[in-house]
Amino acid sequence: MTTSGRALATANTHQNWIPLLEMSTREVFELMLSCQLAPVPGIDESGMDVTSMVGLAGQLCGVITVRCHERTAILMASKMLGLPVEKVGPHFSDAIGEVCNMVAGNFKNKIAGLSDGCMLSPPSVITGSNYSLRSLADSPALQVRMLFENLPIVITLQIHT
Amino acid sequence: MRKIVERSLRQAGLDLSEVFQAGNGAEALSTLKESQVDLILCDINMPVMDGIQFIKQLPGIEGAKNVPVVMITTEGSEAHVVEALSCGARGYIRKPFTPEQVKEHVVPVLAGKI
Repeated sequence: MTTSGRALATANTHQNWIPLLEMSTREVFELMLSCQLAPVPGIDESGMDVTSMVGLAGQLCGVITVRCHERTAILMASKMLGLPVEKVGPHFSDAIGEVCNMVAGNFKNKIAGLSDGCMLSPPSVITGSNYSLRSLADSPALQVRMLFENLPIVITLQIHT
Repeated sequence: MRKIVERSLRQAGLDLSEVFQAGNGAEALSTLKESQVDLILCDINMPVMDGIQFIKQLPGIEGAKNVPVVMITTEGSEAHVVEALSCGARGYIRKPFTPEQVKEHVVPVLAGKI
């Protein structure tokens, strides 16, 4: 196989991971939040002001992010902790961090050979939308857009091959 | 996650008289020097001291060396399972989980069947 052929094969392999990323996300929300996610082809991502990130290192290097509006993260925390929305407070950061951590772990465990060969960083959470993120990713980002209780969330996997 | 685990245990119908929480293995060891517990639920991937280091140091805590440990983690790889169990963990729950799954793993351990 030529170098360009290998690059194409890699890109195709990564695109094939989108359904796994979606399934990983759905499972986390169904098991931990008792919620079904609805697929959505396009959503307005402006104003999404909470971003959770988990780094991947080893056989797969990159970063998985979960982005949403703060009110969405608060609703996630409310459902995870069994608390009324008004009592969630700063726990929403822990909740979306844990959601991202579980999506990342669930995703890597679905890919043969990655479970043992890929480590996860503890999650980090950014609040605010006026930032730019530059990762070492060198292939197109894989992205899943879904609705959680009619509120949009975006899950992105950026890969450094 | 600690609050989620506690909630799952309560949802599973376990009668929890008191729950101690620690943010990492070192905090947990400090807590165990002062408090008696019946069960330890522990993540692997933690800052400061991870779950594997924690479980290796547990025998050094007089009141805790025979307390059963169940790991709860996203790290579901075979190597992590083997390492956790070889270090003394009695069970292993992979996130995401349901309260029923927590109960399935925890009840037999508390009953001394595992």
